[in-house]
Amino acid sequence: MWGRNLTMLGRRIADALRDIAPIIIVIAFFQIVVIRQPFPNLVGVALGLVCVVAGLAIFVQGLKLGLFPLGEALAQAFVNKGSAVALLAFAFCLGFGATVAEPALIAVGNEAAEVAAEAGAIDDSDDARAGYAFRLRLVVALSVGLAIVLGVLRILRGWPLHRLIISGYVLVTVMTLFAPAEIIGVAYDSGGVTTSTITVPLVTALGVGLASSLKGRNPMLDGFGLIAFASLTPMIFVLAYGMVS
Amino acid sequence: MEFTTMLVRTAFATTFDVAPIVGVLFVFQIAVLRRQVPNLRRILRGFVYVLLGLTLFLVGLEEALFPIGETMVRQLTAGALAAPDSAGVRWDDYLMVYAFAAAIGFAATVAEPSLIAVALKAEDVSGGTIGAQGLRVAVAVGVATGVALGCLRIVTGTPLPWYIVAAYAVVILQTFRASRTIIPLAYDSGGVTTSSVTVPVLAALGLGLAASVPGRSPLIDGFGLIAFASVFPIITVLGYSTAVSAIARVRSAKTGR
Repeated sequence: MWGRNLTMLGRRIADALRDIAPIIIVIAFFQIVVIRQPFPNLVGVALGLVCVVAGLAIFVQGLKLGLFPLGEALAQAFVNKGSAVALLAFAFCLGFGATVAEPALIAVGNEAAEVAAEAGAIDDSDDARAGYAFRLRLVVALSVGLAIVLGVLRILRGWPLHRLIISGYVLVTVMTLFAPAEIIGVAYDSGGVTTSTITVPLVTALGVGLASSLKGRNPMLDGFGLIAFASLTPMIFVLAYGMVS
Repeated sequence: MEFTTMLVRTAFATTFDVAPIVGVLFVFQIAVLRRQVPNLRRILRGFVYVLLGLTLFLVGLEEALFPIGETMVRQLTAGALAAPDSAGVRWDDYLMVYAFAAAIGFAATVAEPSLIAVALKAEDVSGGTIGAQGLRVAVAVGVATGVALGCLRIVTGTPLPWYIVAAYAVVILQTFRASRTIIPLAYDSGGVTTSSVTVPVLAALGLGLAASVPGRSPLIDGFGLIAFASVFPIITVLGYSTAVSAIARVRSAKTGR
Protein backbone atom coordinates (compact mmCIF):
# COMPACT_ATOMS: atom_id res chain seq x y z
CA MET A 1 0.00 0.00 0.00
CA TRP A 2 2.68 2.47 1.04
CA GLY A 3 5.04 1.22 -1.64
CA ARG A 4 2.42 1.81 -4.31
CA ASN A 5 1.67 5.28 -2.98
CA LEU A 6 5.35 6.15 -3.09
CA THR A 7 5.74 4.97 -6.69
CA MET A 8 2.65 7.00 -7.57
CA LEU A 9 4.08 10.05 -5.84
CA GLY A 10 7.36 9.57 -7.68
CA ARG A 11 5.57 9.45 -11.02
CA ARG A 12 3.51 12.56 -10.21
CA ILE A 13 6.66 14.47 -9.26
CA ALA A 14 8.36 13.41 -12.50
CA ASP A 15 5.30 14.60 -14.47
CA ALA A 16 5.25 17.90 -12.58
CA LEU A 17 8.93 18.46 -13.30
CA ARG A 18 8.29 17.89 -17.00
CA ASP A 19 5.32 20.33 -16.89
CA ILE A 20 7.34 23.05 -15.21
CA ALA A 21 10.50 22.62 -17.30
CA PRO A 22 9.40 24.90 -20.20
CA ILE A 23 8.82 27.87 -17.87
CA ILE A 24 12.22 27.43 -16.27
CA ILE A 25 13.92 27.10 -19.64
CA VAL A 26 12.19 30.18 -21.09
CA ILE A 27 12.95 32.37 -18.11
CA ALA A 28 16.54 31.16 -17.79
CA PHE A 29 17.15 31.63 -21.54
CA PHE A 30 15.83 35.19 -21.66
CA GLN A 31 17.52 36.09 -18.39
CA ILE A 32 20.95 34.75 -19.34
CA VAL A 33 21.09 35.08 -23.14
CA VAL A 34 18.90 38.07 -23.95
CA ILE A 35 18.90 40.35 -20.92
CA ARG A 36 22.29 39.08 -19.72
CA GLN A 37 21.74 39.62 -16.05
CA PRO A 38 22.52 37.29 -13.16
CA PHE A 39 19.60 35.58 -11.47
CA PRO A 40 18.36 37.59 -8.52
CA ASN A 41 17.70 35.78 -5.22
CA LEU A 42 18.68 32.30 -6.36
CA VAL A 43 17.83 30.59 -3.07
CA GLY A 44 14.31 32.01 -3.04
CA VAL A 45 13.79 30.97 -6.65
CA ALA A 46 14.96 27.42 -5.95
CA LEU A 47 12.68 27.14 -2.90
CA GLY A 48 9.78 28.48 -4.93
CA LEU A 49 10.39 25.95 -7.70
CA VAL A 50 10.35 23.09 -5.20
CA CYS A 51 6.96 24.36 -4.00
CA VAL A 52 5.64 24.61 -7.57
CA VAL A 53 6.66 21.04 -8.43
CA ALA A 54 5.38 19.56 -5.18
CA GLY A 55 2.16 21.57 -5.45
CA LEU A 56 1.44 20.43 -8.99
CA ALA A 57 2.13 16.78 -8.11
CA ILE A 58 -0.21 16.91 -5.09
CA PHE A 59 -2.88 18.77 -7.11
CA VAL A 60 -3.00 16.13 -9.85
CA GLN A 61 -3.20 13.35 -7.25
CA GLY A 62 -6.09 15.25 -5.62
CA LEU A 63 -7.86 15.57 -8.99
CA LYS A 64 -7.86 11.83 -9.45
CA LEU A 65 -8.83 11.05 -5.86
CA GLY A 66 -11.34 13.83 -5.26
CA LEU A 67 -12.61 16.19 -7.94
CA PHE A 68 -13.08 13.74 -10.84
CA PRO A 69 -14.89 11.05 -8.80
CA LEU A 70 -16.99 13.74 -7.10
CA GLY A 71 -18.13 15.25 -10.40
CA GLU A 72 -18.99 11.81 -11.75
CA ALA A 73 -20.76 10.74 -8.55
CA LEU A 74 -22.87 13.90 -8.65
CA ALA A 75 -23.79 13.37 -12.30
CA GLN A 76 -24.77 9.79 -11.52
CA ALA A 77 -26.81 10.85 -8.48
CA PHE A 78 -28.73 13.49 -10.45
CA VAL A 79 -29.45 11.05 -13.28
CA ASN A 80 -30.73 8.49 -10.77
CA LYS A 81 -32.91 11.09 -9.14
CA GLY A 82 -34.34 11.93 -12.56
CA SER A 83 -35.29 15.53 -11.77
CA ALA A 84 -34.13 17.92 -14.49
CA VAL A 85 -35.17 20.92 -12.40
CA ALA A 86 -32.90 19.91 -9.51
CA LEU A 87 -30.01 19.31 -11.92
CA LEU A 88 -30.45 22.68 -13.65
CA ALA A 89 -30.73 24.49 -10.31
CA PHE A 90 -27.53 22.78 -9.22
CA ALA A 91 -25.85 23.75 -12.51
CA PHE A 92 -26.76 27.39 -12.00
CA CYS A 93 -25.57 27.49 -8.39
CA LEU A 94 -22.30 25.77 -9.28
CA GLY A 95 -21.53 28.26 -12.07
CA PHE A 96 -22.58 31.29 -10.07
CA GLY A 97 -20.84 30.17 -6.86
CA ALA A 98 -17.61 29.28 -8.59
CA THR A 99 -17.38 32.62 -10.36
CA VAL A 100 -18.57 35.20 -7.88
CA ALA A 101 -15.49 34.82 -5.63
CA GLU A 102 -12.97 34.24 -8.42
CA PRO A 103 -9.89 36.40 -7.69
CA ALA A 104 -8.97 36.91 -11.35
CA LEU A 105 -12.47 38.24 -11.95
CA ILE A 106 -12.26 40.58 -8.95
CA ALA A 107 -9.00 41.99 -10.35
CA VAL A 108 -10.46 42.47 -13.84
CA GLY A 109 -13.60 44.07 -12.35
CA ASN A 110 -11.53 46.64 -10.49
CA GLU A 111 -9.51 47.47 -13.59
CA ALA A 112 -12.70 47.77 -15.63
CA ALA A 113 -14.07 50.26 -13.10
CA GLU A 114 -10.91 52.35 -13.54
CA VAL A 115 -11.38 52.30 -17.31
CA ALA A 116 -15.02 53.30 -17.00
CA ALA A 117 -14.17 56.16 -14.64
CA GLU A 118 -11.42 57.36 -16.99
CA ALA A 119 -13.80 57.27 -19.94
CA GLY A 120 -16.39 59.23 -17.97
CA ALA A 121 -18.98 56.45 -18.04
CA ILE A 122 -19.26 56.59 -14.23
CA ASP A 123 -18.29 59.16 -11.57
CA ASP A 124 -14.64 59.12 -10.61
CA SER A 125 -15.25 58.32 -6.94
CA ASP A 126 -14.38 55.27 -4.85
CA ASP A 127 -18.07 54.51 -4.26
CA ALA A 128 -18.99 54.65 -7.92
CA ARG A 129 -16.02 52.51 -8.89
CA ALA A 130 -16.66 49.89 -6.20
CA GLY A 131 -20.33 49.72 -7.18
CA TYR A 132 -19.48 49.33 -10.85
CA ALA A 133 -16.91 46.58 -10.15
CA PHE A 134 -19.36 44.72 -7.90
CA ARG A 135 -22.21 44.88 -10.43
CA LEU A 136 -19.88 43.68 -13.16
CA ARG A 137 -18.88 40.69 -11.02
CA LEU A 138 -22.53 39.83 -10.43
CA VAL A 139 -23.25 40.08 -14.15
CA VAL A 140 -20.38 37.75 -15.00
CA ALA A 141 -21.29 35.25 -12.24
CA LEU A 142 -24.91 35.28 -13.44
CA SER A 143 -23.78 34.65 -17.00
CA VAL A 144 -21.60 31.70 -15.96
CA GLY A 145 -24.48 30.24 -13.95
CA LEU A 146 -26.71 30.48 -17.04
CA ALA A 147 -23.90 29.08 -19.21
CA ILE A 148 -23.69 25.89 -17.14
CA VAL A 149 -27.51 25.61 -17.19
CA LEU A 150 -27.52 25.97 -20.98
CA GLY A 151 -24.64 23.52 -21.29
CA VAL A 152 -26.37 20.89 -19.12
CA LEU A 153 -29.62 21.42 -21.01
CA ARG A 154 -27.70 20.81 -24.21
CA ILE A 155 -26.35 17.52 -22.85
CA LEU A 156 -29.85 16.46 -21.77
CA ARG A 157 -31.37 17.34 -25.13
CA GLY A 158 -28.42 16.41 -27.33
CA TRP A 159 -28.30 19.74 -29.19
CA PRO A 160 -25.23 20.14 -31.43
CA LEU A 161 -22.69 22.32 -29.66
CA HIS A 162 -21.22 24.11 -32.66
CA ARG A 163 -24.52 25.74 -33.70
CA LEU A 164 -24.95 27.29 -30.25
CA ILE A 165 -21.35 28.45 -30.00
CA ILE A 166 -21.25 29.88 -33.52
CA SER A 167 -24.50 31.77 -32.85
CA GLY A 168 -22.77 33.12 -29.75
CA TYR A 169 -19.81 34.31 -31.83
CA VAL A 170 -22.14 36.05 -34.26
CA LEU A 171 -23.96 37.69 -31.36
CA VAL A 172 -20.66 38.90 -29.84
CA THR A 173 -19.60 40.32 -33.20
CA VAL A 174 -22.88 42.19 -33.71
CA MET A 175 -22.90 43.51 -30.14
CA THR A 176 -19.31 44.74 -30.52
CA LEU A 177 -20.52 47.15 -33.20
CA PHE A 178 -22.92 48.80 -30.78
CA ALA A 179 -21.10 48.55 -27.45
CA PRO A 180 -19.11 51.49 -26.04
CA ALA A 181 -15.42 51.19 -26.99
CA GLU A 182 -14.08 51.10 -23.42
CA ILE A 183 -16.05 48.00 -22.43
CA ILE A 184 -14.92 45.82 -25.36
CA GLY A 185 -11.48 44.87 -24.02
CA VAL A 186 -12.94 44.06 -20.60
CA ALA A 187 -15.77 42.04 -22.12
CA TYR A 188 -13.48 39.98 -24.35
CA ASP A 189 -11.14 39.24 -21.46
CA SER A 190 -13.95 38.38 -19.05
CA GLY A 191 -14.63 35.17 -20.97
CA GLY A 192 -11.21 33.81 -20.14
CA VAL A 193 -10.96 34.68 -16.48
CA THR A 194 -14.08 32.96 -15.24
CA THR A 195 -12.92 29.38 -15.35
CA SER A 196 -10.79 28.66 -12.32
CA THR A 197 -8.57 25.71 -11.56
CA ILE A 198 -11.06 24.04 -9.22
CA THR A 199 -14.15 24.69 -11.35
CA VAL A 200 -12.74 23.29 -14.59
CA PRO A 201 -12.09 19.71 -13.37
CA LEU A 202 -15.37 19.58 -11.47
CA VAL A 203 -17.48 20.90 -14.35
CA THR A 204 -15.68 18.72 -16.90
CA ALA A 205 -16.22 15.61 -14.78
CA LEU A 206 -19.87 16.58 -14.33
CA GLY A 207 -20.43 16.98 -18.08
CA VAL A 208 -18.63 13.77 -19.00
CA GLY A 209 -20.40 11.93 -16.16
CA LEU A 210 -23.81 13.14 -17.36
CA ALA A 211 -23.13 12.19 -20.95
CA SER A 212 -21.92 8.73 -19.92
CA SER A 213 -24.91 8.02 -17.65
CA LEU A 214 -27.58 9.20 -20.08
CA LYS A 215 -28.77 6.83 -22.79
CA GLY A 216 -27.93 7.89 -26.32
CA ARG A 217 -25.29 10.44 -25.32
CA ASN A 218 -21.64 10.11 -26.20
CA PRO A 219 -19.18 11.43 -23.58
CA MET A 220 -16.79 12.71 -26.25
CA LEU A 221 -19.49 14.46 -28.33
CA ASP A 222 -21.79 15.61 -25.55
CA GLY A 223 -19.70 15.56 -22.38
CA PHE A 224 -17.34 18.38 -23.27
CA GLY A 225 -18.54 21.88 -24.04
CA LEU A 226 -19.61 23.22 -20.64
CA ILE A 227 -16.44 25.31 -20.33
CA ALA A 228 -16.98 26.65 -23.85
CA PHE A 229 -20.33 28.10 -22.76
CA ALA A 230 -18.80 29.47 -19.57
CA SER A 231 -16.23 31.42 -21.56
CA LEU A 232 -18.71 32.72 -24.15
CA THR A 233 -21.70 34.00 -22.15
CA PRO A 234 -19.68 36.43 -19.97
CA MET A 235 -18.63 38.28 -23.15
CA ILE A 236 -22.25 38.66 -24.23
CA PHE A 237 -23.45 39.73 -20.79
CA VAL A 238 -20.62 42.20 -20.18
CA LEU A 239 -21.16 43.79 -23.62
CA ALA A 240 -24.87 44.07 -22.78
CA TYR A 241 -23.98 45.56 -19.39
CA GLY A 242 -21.80 48.15 -21.10
CA MET A 243 -24.59 49.05 -23.51
CA VAL A 244 -27.20 49.41 -20.78
CA SER A 245 -25.21 51.33 -18.16
CA MET B 1 9.03 34.44 8.30
CA GLU B 2 7.75 36.09 5.15
CA PHE B 3 7.46 32.81 3.29
CA THR B 4 5.33 31.20 6.00
CA THR B 5 2.93 34.15 6.18
CA MET B 6 2.54 34.02 2.44
CA LEU B 7 1.84 30.29 2.59
CA VAL B 8 -0.83 30.79 5.25
CA ARG B 9 -2.37 33.73 3.41
CA THR B 10 -2.55 31.86 0.11
CA ALA B 11 -3.98 28.80 1.87
CA PHE B 12 -6.75 30.98 3.32
CA ALA B 13 -7.39 32.69 -0.01
CA THR B 14 -7.61 29.37 -1.87
CA THR B 15 -9.96 27.92 0.74
CA PHE B 16 -12.07 31.06 0.57
CA ASP B 17 -12.32 30.77 -3.24
CA VAL B 18 -13.55 27.21 -2.96
CA ALA B 19 -15.99 27.95 -0.12
CA PRO B 20 -18.96 28.85 -2.39
CA ILE B 21 -18.50 25.68 -4.45
CA VAL B 22 -18.23 23.52 -1.35
CA GLY B 23 -21.32 25.27 0.03
CA VAL B 24 -23.32 24.52 -3.14
CA LEU B 25 -22.17 20.88 -3.14
CA PHE B 26 -23.05 20.51 0.53
CA VAL B 27 -26.53 22.05 0.26
CA PHE B 28 -27.50 19.97 -2.77
CA GLN B 29 -26.10 16.83 -1.21
CA ILE B 30 -28.08 17.31 2.02
CA ALA B 31 -31.28 18.87 0.69
CA VAL B 32 -31.75 17.40 -2.78
CA LEU B 33 -29.78 14.22 -3.39
CA ARG B 34 -29.94 12.87 0.19
CA ARG B 35 -27.71 9.95 -0.58
CA GLN B 36 -24.30 9.06 0.73
CA VAL B 37 -21.53 9.88 -1.75
CA PRO B 38 -19.52 6.74 -2.53
CA ASN B 39 -15.94 6.82 -1.21
CA LEU B 40 -16.62 10.02 0.72
CA ARG B 41 -13.40 9.81 2.73
CA ARG B 42 -11.28 9.35 -0.37
CA ILE B 43 -13.00 12.30 -2.06
CA LEU B 44 -12.44 14.51 0.97
CA ARG B 45 -8.80 13.51 1.02
CA GLY B 46 -8.60 14.39 -2.67
CA PHE B 47 -10.17 17.78 -1.96
CA VAL B 48 -7.56 18.47 0.72
CA TYR B 49 -4.81 17.46 -1.75
CA VAL B 50 -6.22 19.80 -4.38
CA LEU B 51 -6.27 22.73 -1.95
CA LEU B 52 -2.83 21.96 -0.57
CA GLY B 53 -1.34 21.39 -4.01
CA LEU B 54 -2.81 24.56 -5.45
CA THR B 55 -1.63 26.60 -2.48
CA LEU B 56 1.94 25.32 -2.76
CA PHE B 57 1.87 25.81 -6.53
CA LEU B 58 0.67 29.42 -6.31
CA VAL B 59 3.05 30.36 -3.49
CA GLY B 60 5.94 28.83 -5.42
CA LEU B 61 5.04 30.77 -8.56
CA GLU B 62 4.67 33.98 -6.59
CA GLU B 63 8.00 33.38 -4.87
CA ALA B 64 10.05 32.08 -7.77
CA LEU B 65 8.76 33.02 -11.16
CA PHE B 66 6.43 36.02 -11.15
CA PRO B 67 8.99 38.50 -9.76
CA ILE B 68 11.56 37.49 -12.40
CA GLY B 69 8.88 37.54 -15.09
CA GLU B 70 7.80 41.05 -14.20
CA THR B 71 11.36 42.35 -14.11
CA MET B 72 12.01 40.74 -17.48
CA VAL B 73 8.94 42.29 -19.07
CA ARG B 74 10.10 45.67 -17.80
CA GLN B 75 13.65 45.22 -19.05
CA LEU B 76 12.60 43.86 -22.43
CA THR B 77 10.09 46.61 -23.12
CA ALA B 78 12.48 49.28 -21.87
CA GLY B 79 15.26 47.86 -24.06
CA ALA B 80 13.01 48.06 -27.08
CA LEU B 81 12.13 51.62 -26.20
CA ALA B 82 15.78 52.63 -26.24
CA ALA B 83 16.00 51.55 -29.89
CA PRO B 84 17.38 54.34 -32.14
CA ASP B 85 14.13 55.03 -33.93
CA SER B 86 12.51 58.00 -32.24
CA ALA B 87 10.20 59.10 -35.04
CA GLY B 88 7.40 56.90 -33.77
CA VAL B 89 6.57 53.43 -32.62
CA ARG B 90 7.62 50.80 -35.10
CA TRP B 91 6.25 47.34 -34.68
CA ASP B 92 9.58 45.67 -35.38
CA ASP B 93 11.31 47.47 -32.48
CA TYR B 94 9.64 44.92 -30.26
CA LEU B 95 10.62 41.63 -31.89
CA MET B 96 12.21 40.37 -28.68
CA VAL B 97 9.00 41.14 -26.78
CA TYR B 98 6.93 39.05 -29.21
CA ALA B 99 9.42 36.20 -28.92
CA PHE B 100 9.29 36.37 -25.15
CA ALA B 101 5.49 36.60 -25.17
CA ALA B 102 5.17 33.51 -27.36
CA ALA B 103 7.70 31.56 -25.30
CA ILE B 104 6.18 32.43 -21.94
CA GLY B 105 2.63 31.87 -23.26
CA PHE B 106 3.64 28.38 -24.40
CA ALA B 107 5.47 27.56 -21.18
CA ALA B 108 2.74 28.87 -18.87
CA THR B 109 0.09 26.88 -20.73
CA VAL B 110 2.03 23.62 -20.46
CA ALA B 111 2.12 24.12 -16.68
CA GLU B 112 -1.56 25.14 -16.39
CA PRO B 113 -3.30 22.79 -13.89
CA SER B 114 -6.82 23.19 -15.41
CA LEU B 115 -5.52 22.19 -18.81
CA ILE B 116 -3.81 19.14 -17.31
CA ALA B 117 -7.18 18.17 -15.83
CA VAL B 118 -9.09 18.49 -19.11
CA ALA B 119 -6.35 16.73 -21.09
CA LEU B 120 -6.35 13.78 -18.66
CA LYS B 121 -10.12 13.55 -18.92
CA ALA B 122 -10.02 13.74 -22.73
CA GLU B 123 -7.43 10.99 -22.97
CA ASP B 124 -9.52 8.87 -20.64
CA VAL B 125 -12.82 9.45 -22.46
CA SER B 126 -11.41 9.04 -25.97
CA GLY B 127 -9.80 5.76 -24.95
CA GLY B 128 -6.36 7.14 -25.76
CA THR B 129 -7.04 8.32 -29.34
CA ILE B 130 -6.52 11.88 -28.12
CA GLY B 131 -3.22 12.00 -26.27
CA ALA B 132 -3.01 14.29 -23.26
CA GLN B 133 0.45 15.53 -24.27
CA GLY B 134 -0.46 16.24 -27.90
CA LEU B 135 -3.54 18.15 -26.85
CA ARG B 136 -1.62 20.24 -24.35
CA VAL B 137 1.09 21.09 -26.86
CA ALA B 138 -1.55 22.06 -29.46
CA VAL B 139 -3.23 24.35 -26.94
CA ALA B 140 0.11 25.83 -25.88
CA VAL B 141 1.02 26.60 -29.51
CA GLY B 142 -2.34 28.38 -29.80
CA VAL B 143 -1.70 30.46 -26.71
CA ALA B 144 1.81 31.31 -27.92
CA THR B 145 0.51 32.51 -31.30
CA GLY B 146 -2.35 34.40 -29.69
CA VAL B 147 -0.23 36.16 -27.11
CA ALA B 148 2.44 37.19 -29.65
CA LEU B 149 -0.27 38.62 -31.92
CA GLY B 150 -1.86 40.30 -28.91
CA CYS B 151 1.44 42.05 -28.15
CA LEU B 152 1.71 43.11 -31.78
CA ARG B 153 -1.77 44.59 -31.44
CA ILE B 154 -0.78 46.55 -28.32
CA VAL B 155 2.32 47.93 -30.08
CA THR B 156 0.48 48.87 -33.28
CA GLY B 157 -2.64 50.07 -31.47
CA THR B 158 -5.01 48.32 -33.90
CA PRO B 159 -8.54 47.58 -32.67
CA LEU B 160 -9.01 44.34 -30.69
CA PRO B 161 -12.30 43.25 -32.37
CA TRP B 162 -10.66 42.95 -35.80
CA TYR B 163 -8.36 40.21 -34.56
CA ILE B 164 -10.88 38.37 -32.41
CA VAL B 165 -13.67 38.44 -35.01
CA ALA B 166 -11.23 37.27 -37.69
CA ALA B 167 -10.21 34.41 -35.39
CA TYR B 168 -13.91 33.53 -34.91
CA ALA B 169 -14.31 33.37 -38.67
CA VAL B 170 -11.40 30.93 -38.91
CA VAL B 171 -12.89 28.81 -36.09
CA ILE B 172 -16.26 28.69 -37.87
CA LEU B 173 -14.66 27.62 -41.16
CA GLN B 174 -12.60 24.94 -39.40
CA THR B 175 -15.66 23.67 -37.53
CA PHE B 176 -17.29 22.64 -40.78
CA ARG B 177 -14.23 20.65 -41.82
CA ALA B 178 -13.17 19.10 -38.49
CA SER B 179 -14.22 15.70 -37.21
CA ARG B 180 -17.27 15.92 -34.97
CA THR B 181 -15.65 14.33 -31.96
CA ILE B 182 -12.93 16.96 -31.53
CA ILE B 183 -15.19 20.04 -31.74
CA PRO B 184 -16.51 20.15 -28.15
CA LEU B 185 -13.04 19.53 -26.74
CA ALA B 186 -11.52 22.20 -28.97
CA TYR B 187 -14.12 24.76 -27.88
CA ASP B 188 -13.46 23.88 -24.24
CA SER B 189 -9.72 24.23 -24.63
CA GLY B 190 -10.19 27.94 -25.28
CA GLY B 191 -11.59 28.51 -21.82
CA VAL B 192 -9.31 26.29 -19.79
CA THR B 193 -6.04 27.80 -20.90
CA THR B 194 -6.50 30.91 -18.89
CA SER B 195 -6.30 30.04 -15.22
CA SER B 196 -3.93 30.31 -12.32
CA VAL B 197 -0.64 30.55 -14.24
CA THR B 198 -1.53 32.24 -17.49
CA VAL B 199 -3.80 35.04 -16.26
CA PRO B 200 -1.27 36.73 -13.93
CA VAL B 201 1.55 36.30 -16.47
CA LEU B 202 -0.52 37.80 -19.29
CA ALA B 203 -1.88 40.61 -17.13
CA ALA B 204 1.66 41.66 -16.18
CA LEU B 205 2.79 41.41 -19.80
CA GLY B 206 -0.14 43.41 -21.23
CA LEU B 207 -0.02 46.15 -18.62
CA GLY B 208 3.78 46.41 -18.75
CA LEU B 209 3.87 46.62 -22.52
CA ALA B 210 1.01 49.11 -22.79
CA ALA B 211 2.66 51.30 -20.15
CA SER B 212 6.02 51.38 -21.92
CA VAL B 213 4.92 51.86 -25.55
CA PRO B 214 4.48 55.58 -26.20
CA GLY B 215 0.91 56.55 -27.01
CA ARG B 216 -0.66 53.46 -25.40
CA SER B 217 -2.63 53.55 -22.19
CA PRO B 218 -2.42 50.53 -19.88
CA LEU B 219 -6.08 50.98 -19.02
CA ILE B 220 -7.38 50.88 -22.58
CA ASP B 221 -4.74 48.87 -24.44
CA GLY B 222 -3.64 46.56 -21.61
CA PHE B 223 -6.75 44.43 -21.99
CA GLY B 224 -7.17 41.81 -24.66
CA LEU B 225 -4.30 39.34 -24.19
CA ILE B 226 -6.55 36.92 -22.32
CA ALA B 227 -9.06 37.12 -25.17
CA PHE B 228 -6.31 36.25 -27.66
CA ALA B 229 -5.17 33.37 -25.44
CA SER B 230 -8.71 31.97 -25.30
CA VAL B 231 -9.51 32.03 -29.03
CA PHE B 232 -6.33 30.85 -30.72
CA PRO B 233 -6.10 27.46 -28.95
CA ILE B 234 -9.45 26.54 -30.55
CA ILE B 235 -7.85 27.08 -33.95
CA THR B 236 -4.71 25.07 -33.17
CA VAL B 237 -6.61 22.17 -31.55
CA LEU B 238 -8.95 21.91 -34.55
CA GLY B 239 -5.92 22.15 -36.84
CA TYR B 240 -4.04 19.52 -34.83
CA SER B 241 -6.91 17.06 -35.13
CA THR B 242 -7.22 17.66 -38.87
CA ALA B 243 -3.47 17.11 -39.25
CA VAL B 244 -3.53 13.92 -37.16
CA SER B 245 -6.38 12.41 -39.16
CA ALA B 246 -4.78 13.46 -42.45
CA ILE B 247 -1.55 11.73 -41.47
CA ALA B 248 -3.49 8.63 -40.40
CA ARG B 249 -5.30 8.61 -43.76
CA VAL B 250 -2.04 8.84 -45.70
CA ARG B 251 -0.51 6.03 -43.61
CA SER B 252 -3.48 3.71 -44.04
CA ALA B 253 -3.58 4.45 -47.77
CA LYS B 254 0.08 3.44 -47.99
CA THR B 255 -0.17 0.25 -45.95
CA GLY B 256 -3.75 -0.54 -46.81
CA ARG B 257 -3.11 -2.48 -50.02
